[in-house]
Parts: sequence; structure tokens; C-alpha cells
Amino acid sequence: MPSRQRAFLILCGLSLLAVASFALALTVGSFKVAPGEVLAALFGQEGGAGDVVMQLRLPRALAGFACGGLLALAGALMQVLLRNPLADPYVLGISGGAGVGAMFAILLGWPVLGIDGLAFAGALGAMFIVFGLAHGDGSWTQTRLLLTGVIVAAGCGALVALMLAIAPEHKLRGMLFWLMGDLGQSSNWWPPLLALGVALLFAMPFARELNLLARGMMQAQALGVAVDRLRLAIYLLASLATAASVTTAGSIGFVGLVVPHLVRLATGNDQRLLLPASVLAGGALLVLADTLARTLIAPQQLPVGVLTALIGVPVFLFLLSRQPK
Amino acid sequence: MSRPLLETRQLAVEIGGHYVVDRLDLSVGEGERLAILGRNGAGKSTLLSVLAGLRPPAAGAVLLDGEDAALIPPRDAALRRAWLGQFQSDPFGSSVLETALTGRHPHLGRWDWESTRDAELARGALKAVGLEGMEKRQIHTLSGGERQRLAIATLLTQAAPLYLLDEPLSHLDLNHQMAVLELFAGTARDCGAGVVMVLHDPALAHRFCDRALLVYGDGETCCGPVDDILTADTLSTLYGYRLRQLDDAGRRCFIPE
Repeated sequence: MPSRQRAFLILCGLSLLAVASFALALTVGSFKVAPGEVLAALFGQEGGAGDVVMQLRLPRALAGFACGGLLALAGALMQVLLRNPLADPYVLGISGGAGVGAMFAILLGWPVLGIDGLAFAGALGAMFIVFGLAHGDGSWTQTRLLLTGVIVAAGCGALVALMLAIAPEHKLRGMLFWLMGDLGQSSNWWPPLLALGVALLFAMPFARELNLLARGMMQAQALGVAVDRLRLAIYLLASLATAASVTTAGSIGFVGLVVPHLVRLATGNDQRLLLPASVLAGGALLVLADTLARTLIAPQQLPVGVLTALIGVPVFLFLLSRQPK
Repeated sequence: MSRPLLETRQLAVEIGGHYVVDRLDLSVGEGERLAILGRNGAGKSTLLSVLAGLRPPAAGAVLLDGEDAALIPPRDAALRRAWLGQFQSDPFGSSVLETALTGRHPHLGRWDWESTRDAELARGALKAVGLEGMEKRQIHTLSGGERQRLAIATLLTQAAPLYLLDEPLSHLDLNHQMAVLELFAGTARDCGAGVVMVLHDPALAHRFCDRALLVYGDGETCCGPVDDILTADTLSTLYGYRLRQLDDAGRRCFIPE
């Protein structure tokens, strides 16, 4: 029996986890900062170690949290939209489009703002192509949408590979880091955080309708859900959330697929709880992974996308094996 | 006299450019039970989904309580009619009680969660179809018949005055077939619900319905009281196979020759 009380308790627990991930991200690093100094910096004391916290670590942690949250939210929405547990935010080619844009910008030697801009434009381009083709005759079934998305993603992958092949040596590292996902390149923390807030604000009022949609389009419609409008809204919302995240931090894999599943295994498939819980868990996971990425072999940094997978896979397999058969 | 729960006016239903139902005028009032019979692919389910508002009619109109159904907001329409589909697919896990509770959706506000009263209604519906004590079971562990009865319980939880049932007896054993038909007959008798059901057994249609609608699949339909319309002659034509009629204490039975 779903209840508000249970949802509230679980969300409180996950909030604590998110706070803990921030605490770790702010104190740990190649430059050690004591927890007391972190607190002092957060409450407005300037100078010294505080600058590292306020100007480097906090913005990066906030951007990481926002991207993780966006990806997990987009993944949960895509899984409902396609009624397929294997769907993730990248399955419909959004990240492929962004990748093409970003690779092109890096190839041209554009600055960060140009890379972000072209990546976002690429993501939107892929979104409209997939929607336009899948919508074709007015009835877009899950299979048609999924197939169109997968093919567009494959096309984008080929373009990306082409650009990697012709790129000069000194640009390759930057391109690979972008493709694997890396928070070091994010210039701004507030756009993804704002996008996360707006996306959640738009998704939550429809959470119970999403529960019905996950059970089947006809059943949902018979129970009074305006299915066509709702599916269009989720498609746009999930695509824009993915685009916002990919533009900020490249295509960080795994968070969008596995976090909604982790939360589903632990709490059930009620979207009213699943959506906010996925946001908190996805955000916390990415902040933790990013902290590890910049400390494990410091001063060198790893792409965070590699670590999200390395953390996520064993946790997921553990939870799956514990499920009653 | 109140308006009929369901009415169609010159309704046409199309499948792939081919009219399977044409110029159908129908009305179902409170407490009435209507059976829809026809061959496979004749368009029974499609007709039912048009009545349920899941497909637009090719021509004509469907009316609920005298209002054009196309103009009624979907949630409002879901309070007036409930539809049982043929297939339930569940890509994600869910418990039996949660599934039954989905029927309460049209009754709840946007931010509402299901109350204990909603849970009581759902438990009552589960009990009515013989699924009591299984509230916590995961739906993918249910048998086909149990899954079908859960779908019926979800429908009862929705508590609409009009039930549109697409092959409600599929996957059910004899005992539960009779129980489900008795259940809807009782709902029609005691609560004044209207029931429209697609059935494959003319004998059960004769026993549990007031009227029958025969769908021939070429646009032609024929509707009337079961006593007049469910005869060996009409059914032989409908199914394209010779049937013989046996009468026993007011009940009819049809045997293939």
C-alpha cells in the first residue's frame, strides 16, 4: 500500500545520503580541507582553504548533483515512456546528437561556451529528428519510437567516430573525456540545477498518471489519462533533461539506466516516490563518483563516467541477486 | 426516465479502411446487460474500444448520459465508464493491491494519495473475485486466470456505472466464469450498472444478458432481446457453422451439428 509517510521517510534518508556525498566532495581532494574550515567557508568566511571549497569544489559538486539527478529522472521517464526496463536517457539518440555537436565544436577549436552551445543544439536536433520520424503518421508506438531513436543514435555514433578518426592528436584526449563524461569541463553549475528543479516541478504533478501509463496505454486512457498529450510531454521533458545534463558534463553513462532500477528494486515502482528518489540517488551517486574520479590517482583525473559504471554495476548486481525469485 | 448510460448514433467503426460496423444505433440503460457476439476479427473488440473512447469513431457519435463522449474530459469519462481489455502486459513489477488501487485514479485529485477507504474498496473488489489474502503477491507470479480476475477487480474498484467488458471470461475456469457473470449480473440488478460484454458462448449470453448485438463484420449488425435473436438460425448464419438449439427450463444451449 503506497503511503505519503513511507515516501517521506525514504526521501529523508536519501537527502541525508546526498548531504553526506556533498560533505565528502567538499573535504576530500588533493588539497586537504578540514570539515571545520569547510563549514566556515560555507557560512561566508573568506580566504585560505575556503576559496578552494567555494570556487572549485562546491560548483563542481553542485553541477555533478544536478547532472546525476537529471540523468536519473530522464531515465525513469524514458522507461515509462517506452515501457521498457532497458531504456535509458541516451537510447533515443539525444546524447548522440549532443556528441556530434560537441565533437564538431572541439574539432573547430571553439571555446567551452561554443562546445556547450553546439552540444545542446545537437541534442535538440536529434530530439526533433527522432520525434518527427517516429511521429510520421500520427501514431507513435513504443517500438517505432525506440527503433527510430536507436537508428539515429547509431548514425550519430558513426559521425562521432568519423570525427575522432580525422581529429589531430592533441585534441583527442579532450574529445574522449567529453564522450566518457567529465565534470571538469563544466563551466557553470546553475543551468543544470535550474533545469533539474524545473523538470521535477513539471514531472511530479503527473506522477500517478505515469504509474498508469507504465501499465499500458489503453488501460491508462480508459482510466482517464490523456495519453497522447502525456507521452508527448514526457518525451520533451526527458529529452530536455538529458540535453541539459549532456551539455554540462558530456555523456556520463550508466546513471540514467541503473539509478531508476536501483530505486525501483528498493522501493517499488510508484513514480510519486520513484522520481524524486531517483533524482536524489542519481545526484548523490554522481557526486561520490566524481569525488573518487578526482582523488583516486590525483593529481590526475579520471572521467567520471567510468567510475559511475564501476560503482553502479556491483551494487546493482548485488540488489538483483537479493530479490526474491 | 433518466438518459441512457450509453448511446450510439449512426456509429461507424473502421478497421484498415474497411467498415466493420455501420450506422449503428444502440442504447444501454441502467441495469441493462448487452452481449456482443460475432466471429473472430468481426470487429467486436474494436467496436468496444470505440465505445470506451479509446479509438475515434469513423462516423457518428458515442454518447454518455446524453453527452457527446468526445467532448467529455478523459477523467470525467473514466468516472462514467470502465473498460476491460483483452491483454494485460506488465513490464514492471507491482503488487496485487497496488494494481487494484489503480482503479481509484479518476476519483483522486492530482496530489491525492490513496486513502484507507480506497484500500478498503480495493480489498472488497479483490474479495469479490476470490483474490482475498493475495494483496501482497507480485502480479507476475499470478496465473492467467488470476491475472484476469485482478483486472476485473481493478474495474470494480473504478466503480463506474457502465462496464465495457472485452471477453471477460478469457483464462477463467468454469467456476470463475460463472462467478464473474453472476457478479456483473448482480451489479446490474442491485446497483443499476449497465454492462456490455463481448462473449463467445451464446448460451451464456442468453442466460446472463437481456439483449444481444450480432456483429457480422461487413458493416451489418443486428440487435434484439436474447430470446428472439439467439436462435439456431441466426447464430448459424453468424458463425458460418450449423448449430442446433436445445431448450432446458428456459435456458438455451447450442450444439454444433
